[in-house]
Amino acid sequence: MRRFLPFSPWHLLLMPLALLFVLPLVQMVLTSFMSSAEINQFPPKLLPTSLHLEGYRALLTETPALRWFGNTVLVSAVSVLAHLVLCSMAGYGFARLKFAGRGVAFLVIIATVMIPIQLLMIPTYLMFARIGIVDTLAAAFVPWLASAFGIFLMRQFFLALPVELEEAARIDGCGTWRTFRSIVLPLARPALATLAVFTLLSSWNDLLWPLVAISDNRTFTLQVGLANFQGMRRTEWSQLMAGNVLATAPLILAFLFAQRKFIATMTFTGLKG
Amino acid sequence: MALTFAASSHAAVRQARPRGRRIRRNLTGWAFAGPATVLVVGLSLFPAIWAFFISRARWNGISPGVPVGWANYQRLATDPDMLAAARHTLLLTVLFVPSSIVLGIVIAIALNQRIRLIGFYRTCIFVPYVASAAATGILAGFVFNPQFGAANDVLRHLGIPQQQFLESPTQALYVICVIALWGEVGFTTVIYLAALQDIPRELVEAATMDGASRWRVFRHVTLPELRPVTVFAAVWQTITAVQLFDLIYTTTRGGPLNSTQTVVYYIYELAFQTQRLGYGAAAAYLLFAVTLLLTLGIIWYSRRRGSEVF
Repeated sequence: MRRFLPFSPWHLLLMPLALLFVLPLVQMVLTSFMSSAEINQFPPKLLPTSLHLEGYRALLTETPALRWFGNTVLVSAVSVLAHLVLCSMAGYGFARLKFAGRGVAFLVIIATVMIPIQLLMIPTYLMFARIGIVDTLAAAFVPWLASAFGIFLMRQFFLALPVELEEAARIDGCGTWRTFRSIVLPLARPALATLAVFTLLSSWNDLLWPLVAISDNRTFTLQVGLANFQGMRRTEWSQLMAGNVLATAPLILAFLFAQRKFIATMTFTGLKG
Repeated sequence: MALTFAASSHAAVRQARPRGRRIRRNLTGWAFAGPATVLVVGLSLFPAIWAFFISRARWNGISPGVPVGWANYQRLATDPDMLAAARHTLLLTVLFVPSSIVLGIVIAIALNQRIRLIGFYRTCIFVPYVASAAATGILAGFVFNPQFGAANDVLRHLGIPQQQFLESPTQALYVICVIALWGEVGFTTVIYLAALQDIPRELVEAATMDGASRWRVFRHVTLPELRPVTVFAAVWQTITAVQLFDLIYTTTRGGPLNSTQTVVYYIYELAFQTQRLGYGAAAAYLLFAVTLLLTLGIIWYSRRRGSEVF
């Protein structure tokens, strides 16, 4: 094969595949800069004739998209921060500290991974309605404050860490909290980054739960807002694509800049989650 | 000096107040593990148990619920909408899981080559995984638009008649499967790529030295090494397929003519569109049971085939 081609035959498979995966996203971005007249024609054109901002302008004036964006940023930020604090503490507790009920508690946490969201959404909705946080942003982030996956990830990391450093700190008079805070946590940066990426991806992209828990237009997250906007305006493609860019660009940019970290997270989810 | 002092004072404390020390240790442990544990268990185990009681009542969430025993579950067995939804979910799973595994293996092998542009290819193929399923669904509605979508343009170039895609009751489910693959294959590819890179080079080299052809090396060396990952991927992708919701919500909302209404979508409609909480909870429990059985089935089958992953 190699003899007949000036390049590796793998390119023949990979080039079309790569285009198949990335071209729809390219089209999404380009379409967001088109006018309706340009979009509504067949055969479709990939490139806009000039930069039209009507889609973005209409999206920002006819919907509270910026507010939705802010809501999503807030929900994701709270989720990631809470995850980093609570899961690293719990992971450390389960890995290093000895206390009554440790084994059982950890087993129960691992078992909860099996329970699907579809089973939880009805009672969780009722529970949140009772404590009065339905239709607030708290409803969107409370289920993301900590997760079994996060606890598991951090525990695995701490278990693999050599214990000598902590023992030395203990002997020098460090309490458990100080040992954790100033000795262990700085070493856990790679695991914390993985946890942050995982939480960011899950909370930013979540649709089903905020869709159930939030029905007030101004409290929507971006995903919910767009999904509902699409339900009403099926043909406003430039606005829809502008919204899509708003919803996907932050994570795609983060992915392009920190590709290694994202891939490490996906691999960990796959091999150990 | 300081060291011996610390050690001896510790021993003294332990002798004097063994109970106080134990309580202190438990308090410290729970102070660390408690908050996350309470959140995770309180938001999963507790609602799961509550859902079971809800599933044995007729309830709209407002007026008091009427206990009906197992009636909700009995009704599900003969509910034509539920049976259709189960059929759609099954079809989607049967199509999606093997395709995502085969594509994952093939693409991972291709991406494992040392050729030019490989970094570019990797980036392109992984990027859709980062995009939300909701955005993917909205984008798919555009690409597969029957009037002016890119998909029909491609068909036109190939000389194939124009299709209705998501607006056709016979095609919509297949199109959704293709879209789901576009969004999720990045994940299976990543885990297979990691597994491929973990295979010791000597293993492949030894087989090649013994005169094995490329295909035989792949079939008898590489593939068996990938088996644990395949078991995991099968479980994970089964759960993904069974729980697929976002894509359906942002493309067809169960239509046309209910042809893409899956069990998960049906549960959502029952509970949050028609307020039949008890019936919805029963359907959710049934789905949970079936997913659990499927998962255990895959693990059992893989154990029998001799690969221990779980």
